[in-house]
Amino acid sequence: MASITLDRLAHSYDPNPKTDADFALKEIDYEWEDGGAYALLGPSGCGKTTLLNIISGLLVPSKGHIKFDGKDVTHLQPEERNIAQVFQFPVIYDTMTVRQNLAFPLINRRVPQDEITKRVADMIEVLDLADKADRKARGLTADEKQKISLGRGLVRYDVNAILFDEPLTVIDPHMKWQLRTKLKDLHRQLGHTMIYVTHDQTEALTFADKVVVMYEGEVVQIGTPEELFDEPAHTFVGYFIGSPGMNVLPCQINGKTAEIGTTKIELAREYNISGSNIELGIRPEFVSLSSDRAGIPVQIDAVENIGRFKIVRANLEGHSINAVLKEGESVPADPTFRFATDRINVYENSHLVRAGG
Amino acid sequence: MDKPYNNKAWFLVVPVFALVALSAIIPIMTVVNYSFQDTFGNNQFFWAGTEWFQDVLSSDRFWDALGRNFMFSVIILAIEIPLGIGIALTMPKKGIWVPVCLVTMALPLLIPWNVVGTIWQIFGRADIGLLGYSLDQLGVNYNYASNIFDAWATIILMDVWHWTSLVVLLCYAGLVSIPEAYYQAAKIDGASKWSVFRYIQLPKIRGVLIIAFLLRFMDSFMIYTEPFVLTGGGPGNSTTFMSIDLVKQAIGQFDLGPAAAMSLVYQLIVLSVCYVFFTVMSNVGVDKPDARVED
Repeated sequence: MASITLDRLAHSYDPNPKTDADFALKEIDYEWEDGGAYALLGPSGCGKTTLLNIISGLLVPSKGHIKFDGKDVTHLQPEERNIAQVFQFPVIYDTMTVRQNLAFPLINRRVPQDEITKRVADMIEVLDLADKADRKARGLTADEKQKISLGRGLVRYDVNAILFDEPLTVIDPHMKWQLRTKLKDLHRQLGHTMIYVTHDQTEALTFADKVVVMYEGEVVQIGTPEELFDEPAHTFVGYFIGSPGMNVLPCQINGKTAEIGTTKIELAREYNISGSNIELGIRPEFVSLSSDRAGIPVQIDAVENIGRFKIVRANLEGHSINAVLKEGESVPADPTFRFATDRINVYENSHLVRAGG
Repeated sequence: MDKPYNNKAWFLVVPVFALVALSAIIPIMTVVNYSFQDTFGNNQFFWAGTEWFQDVLSSDRFWDALGRNFMFSVIILAIEIPLGIGIALTMPKKGIWVPVCLVTMALPLLIPWNVVGTIWQIFGRADIGLLGYSLDQLGVNYNYASNIFDAWATIILMDVWHWTSLVVLLCYAGLVSIPEAYYQAAKIDGASKWSVFRYIQLPKIRGVLIIAFLLRFMDSFMIYTEPFVLTGGGPGNSTTFMSIDLVKQAIGQFDLGPAAAMSLVYQLIVLSVCYVFFTVMSNVGVDKPDARVED
């Protein structure tokens, strides 16, 4: 188990990167704590797998260093880094039994035979595979195979970190929940540093203590699920986390007022920015409806009932905007919108403008 | 649920049936017809019963040829399968060299059988052939036309040169279809090169390997053109394989009855050996029914 330091790390698949856009992974400088559960979240092609492969050693970064417990491992091979990785598709050794699969990494590391027998037996117990232990791994279901892939990492007690590359992609929906719970249990029991790559926000938010949100090769925010929800540091985070995502409306700031076209919205504090690319962000959960004439005039396009709540889809000065209505609330006649003032975030060039900005 | 049943569907398979009948069933039945009868020309046939079969099975000539066939197949399989796997493993998986390698590998497969025979016939000649001349200059007394060992060595070398590519291409196709994650996982598990081959590559190319094995067995067991062109079955009868013997009997001596009987026996041997191979190889490494699952 180890802390992982990313020291001004960047990577480009182009041997001679010229512009920023040539980098699949833009510079990142961060330290991951020992024993933490982290999720790398972002859409396909955002660089999260690149980052994972750099950590596991399958890829050498073009810039910067990676350190495990302060020790530089940038140029070490995967097997020398003592990490485990679970891939998108379960990797098992077809011709071996479940037991042999779990013993394989230990045999390769010349662990004494009686120690292997003991650890493998423990692991079979932990993974609930006791009844399948002596069967060929080939015939098992996808989730059982994925458990074996995980087990091959866990059976080495001293692994520095366990990396997951979208491990639930091929698992049936009802098994996903079980396997995720199992993962959380194991994390609590064994305390390994775990890094989990996914594009599914539910997986990321339920699994991780801290979520690293990536967008176009850039780490746009690292934070707890609450932080990501309350204060998205980037409009992408606001849009990507939450369902429906945050409303992002182009506006102009004039002291304590935001102007969207002719509509004026009061802000919680004064902003001193003059850039052209200013946006206002407000989560649909903090938009309420009223029949108050003083509210923000909108035109309602649709109301979608999705069980626990309703989504009101509306139009404000040509921009689409959503509001969430709690169960039992109804849409008033001739409604206007009201924003919770202290929940409004202001973005300049897509990045959050923090206090004092 | 009742399946809709419509006899008209039989009409849809008539074209296929007609084609198969023309290409396979009718010729085979003709052979069967010859194998149980005797003829002296003029389309006069006399019933011969199992006489020809008894003749064939009790002749040394048949058993000798069969022995040579098996020896040849075993030798070339023992060389071509490991060699083919080895070459496929060393071939690049991506980059500009892939098409170069593939085309180079495919070249021998594109050459007609009798041309292959002719190439090696000239190649091995001591007066004008590169191989024969070089060996001669090195002081090796090499002559495929008079020395049994030289004749066999040349035929085997020729077959290896001609057909190893097929094994290579099949194995290569199997190897490139293995997802990269397997190699990465093996690396992380600390597996040696041999373990990667034994536990990942070999199991994953098992399917294509069975096909390569069967194709090479059938083809080598029915070999005719190349040795016929190269040695004509000599020296003596040392490279007379069953197919060569068969042609001698049927067209050389016009013994249609014994030749027909021999063809049928020949075909039966190829079929049953392939069946045995296929059954055995498909079952190797497959789960045996697990007693604990049933109860």
